[in-house]
Amino acid sequence: MQIDWREYACGDFYDELISSPGNPRKAARHLANYLASLNSDELQERKLSAELAIKTMGITFTVYSDAGNIDRDWPFDIIPRVISQKEWEKTERGLIQRLTALNCFIDDIYNDRKIIKDGVFPEELLADSKNFRSECVGMKPALGVWAHVCGTDLIRDHKGQFFVLEDNLRVPSGVSYMLENRKVTKRVLPELFENHAILPVTEYPNQLFDTLAAISPRPLDFPEVVVLTPGIYNSAYFEHSYLAQQMGVELVEGCDLVVEDDTVYMRTINGLARVDVIYRRIDDLFLDPEMFNPDSVLGVPGLMRAWLKGNVALANAPGAGVADDKLVYTYVPKMIKYYLDEDPILPNVPSYLCNDKKDRDYVLANLDKLVVKPANESGGYGMLMGPQASKKEREAFAQKIKANPRNYMAQPLMALSTSPVVTSRNAEPRHIDLRPFILQGREHHVTPGGLTRVAMTKGSYVVNSSQGGGSKDTWVVVEGDK
Amino acid sequence: MLSRVAERIYWMGRYMERSENMARLVNVNSHLLMDLPKGIRVGWGSLIHISGTGKYFNRGDTDQADERTVVRFMLSDRDNPSSLLNTLSWARENARITREIIPMEGWELINNLYLEVKDNLSKSVARRERNRTLHTVITSIQQFTGLLAGCMSHNSAYDFIRIGRNLERADMTTRIVDAGSANLLPHLLGEEDVLEPYDNILWMSVLRSLSAYQMYRQHVQDRVNAEDVVTFLLQDALFPRAVSHSLGELESFLKKLPNSDEALRAVTGVRRRVRTANIPELLQNGLQEYIDHLQLEIADVHRQIAGTWFLPVTPLVESE
Repeated sequence: MQIDWREYACGDFYDELISSPGNPRKAARHLANYLASLNSDELQERKLSAELAIKTMGITFTVYSDAGNIDRDWPFDIIPRVISQKEWEKTERGLIQRLTALNCFIDDIYNDRKIIKDGVFPEELLADSKNFRSECVGMKPALGVWAHVCGTDLIRDHKGQFFVLEDNLRVPSGVSYMLENRKVTKRVLPELFENHAILPVTEYPNQLFDTLAAISPRPLDFPEVVVLTPGIYNSAYFEHSYLAQQMGVELVEGCDLVVEDDTVYMRTINGLARVDVIYRRIDDLFLDPEMFNPDSVLGVPGLMRAWLKGNVALANAPGAGVADDKLVYTYVPKMIKYYLDEDPILPNVPSYLCNDKKDRDYVLANLDKLVVKPANESGGYGMLMGPQASKKEREAFAQKIKANPRNYMAQPLMALSTSPVVTSRNAEPRHIDLRPFILQGREHHVTPGGLTRVAMTKGSYVVNSSQGGGSKDTWVVVEGDK
Repeated sequence: MLSRVAERIYWMGRYMERSENMARLVNVNSHLLMDLPKGIRVGWGSLIHISGTGKYFNRGDTDQADERTVVRFMLSDRDNPSSLLNTLSWARENARITREIIPMEGWELINNLYLEVKDNLSKSVARRERNRTLHTVITSIQQFTGLLAGCMSHNSAYDFIRIGRNLERADMTTRIVDAGSANLLPHLLGEEDVLEPYDNILWMSVLRSLSAYQMYRQHVQDRVNAEDVVTFLLQDALFPRAVSHSLGELESFLKKLPNSDEALRAVTGVRRRVRTANIPELLQNGLQEYIDHLQLEIADVHRQIAGTWFLPVTPLVESE
C-alpha cells in the first residue's frame, strides 16, 4: 500500500507535515509528494536500508537496566520532520534569549544575588535545590558563562505554537544522534536533497570546539580540549566518543587525568600533558571525589581545586545545574525580563508549583488532568502521567507530593504535535518533541532544528529513548525551489 | 596520545591479527584434509595446540576430538578466549573505545564483520559455508589493514596498531612452526614410509596457513622440506609473516615512540636469537625448547611495552 495523504488522520493535533488530510504544509510539499510517489516495496526498502545503515554505523544507545547487553541500535523513522526557516528564525532568537538570561541568573546566584535582593526570585527555592553547589559561590568563570551547552526541549500545542518544556543545563545529550540522523537520511533518501534547500547541521562540532576553546585559561591558539566521559557503560558513550572524534580532541576517562599543583594533566605516551578545557559529560557529584561523592571512581581527585583556581575550564561549569530545575524553570520568563529587559520570545508551558499552597491544592484536585514531574530528574524518570495513570497510582503520587512539595511541579498535558512515521502498512501520525542545542561562549550558536524525538507507539506521549522512543531527522527548509 | 588509548588500540591491532590467524588456521586444516587419502587422519586437535587454548577445551582429549567439535571450539565457543567470535568481539570493543582515533570506515568495517560473523557462525561448521565465512574474515581484515594504511595518519596511534599486529604475528608464526614440526606430523597415523609421500603436502599446508607458499617457492627453489620451511618462516627478512621480519617491523615502530629504550632492548634481543639460530641443528634436537623460549621472550616484549606506555593500572569503570 502506498502513502495516501488523503487518508492520513491528523486528528486534533498539530501535524508537522500535513495541515489537513491531503494537504501538506508548504515547506513539506516536495517531501510529501515524493513519499506518496513511492510504492509500498520502495518505502519498506528504504526503511530497511536505514536500519542497516544504523547497524553499520554503530549508532547505539544503552539502556541502564539492560545488564549484559551493552548497546541497542538507535530507533529511527525515515520521514524527516520539516520546519520552515522563517518560523525557525524566531525560535532561534527565543532560544538564545533564554540561554543568555539563564547564564546571567546562574552567575548572579553564585555571586551578587541581585535577583533575590530585588525580590524577583525567592531565596527559599535555592535553599533546598539539589543542584545548587555552595562550593561554587564566588566563582567567576570565563566570559561569565556557566552553561556553555544547553539542550532545550520544545513542544508544540494543537495550534502549532512552540513552548519550552525544560532546559537541560547539566550534561544534555542527543546532539550526536541529530548529526547521525542527517547522515542516515542522506544515505537512504539522497534524492530528496536535490529539491530541498535544507540547512546543514554539520557545523555543530566546530562550533562546540570554538565555544570550548574560548574559555581556555591559557591564551593559546590551540588549547588542549578534552571530552571527559564516565566510560563505555554510560548510555551516552556513543555521543562522547562521536563528539571527541568530530572535534579532533582526546576522549578521556577519569583515570587518564591527574591533578598536580592544582593543574590538570592527562597521562600520555609522552608523559603528562596539560589540559586546558574539559567538556565534561559526568554529573557534578562524580567530578571530584575530594569535594563531592568520595566513592566516585569516574572523577578526578583535585579537579575542583584546579577549576576554582582558574587553571582549567569546565563546561558546563559545576553548579550550572541550579537553573536546570523544574521549579527554577517557572521563573525563566521573569529572568528574561529582569536581566535583559525583554519579553520572552518562547513561552513556558503553564506550570503549577507544589510548594505554593494554592497551586498544590489545584494539582492534588486535578491529578487526572496533569503531568507531575520531580524537580530534579531527567529522562522521564519518576513522573506521573495523570490522565493515563490508575486511580491507585494517582493516590500514591499524591502522598509523595504532600511529603515533599518542593520536589514537584505539574503541567497540563499538552497536546503534543504529531508527524508521520512509516508503519508496516503506510504512514501514521505519532507524537514528537524537539530538542535544539544552544551554545554560548564568545558568541551564540543554535543547531538548525535539533533532535526530534518520537513516541513510536500510537497515541503515546513518551519520547525518551530510554523508554522506547525513537527519533527523526529534522529539516529546517528554506522555502521556494532549490 | 593517551596511555589508555595506546593500550586499547594496541590490543585492537593484536585481536584483529589474531582473528585473521584463527581464520587461516581453520581454513588451511580444512583444505589439507581434502588432499590427504582416506585412512590418514588429520589431527584437528593440533589447532588447539597451536592456538594455546587447550586449557579451555573441556570435551575430552584434544587429540581425539573430531572436526565439528574442534571447529566449533575454534570459531564460536564463547568459553575459548581465542575463538574467532571472541577475538573479533574484543577487536570490536577496543575499536569502539578508540572509535574517535581510527577512521570512521574502520570502525564500520570491524562492526560489520563482527555482526556478520556472529550471524553466520552457527552455519559455519559445515565445510562449504565455513569456507565462505573464513574467506570473508581474512579479506575484511586485509581490507582493514589497507584502509588504515591509506586513510589514517601514520601517527603514534597507527604505530601502536602495527606494534600489536606484528607482535601477534611473530607469536603466531612461532606457534605454527612449533606445531608443524612437533604436533602435526605425529598425528598422522602410519609408518614413516606411509607418511613420506605426504610430507610435502603437510609442509605446504604449514606454509599456506601463513599465505607463505608462493613467496617461499620464489625464494627457495628446492622442493618443500622441513629445514627450508622452518628457516624461511623464522629467519626470512623480507616475508611479512616471518618472525624475523615481524620483529624488525616492531623494532622500527618502537624507535618512533618516546622512551622506547627498554622495549627496544627486549625486541632486539629476540630478533638476534632468531637470526642466529642454527636451524638444522635445532631440527635434530631442541626446536621445541627453543621455540618455547622465543615465546617467553616475545611475551616479555609485551611486558616492556605495557610498562613503558600503558596506564599503570586500568580500573574497570562502571557508570552510575
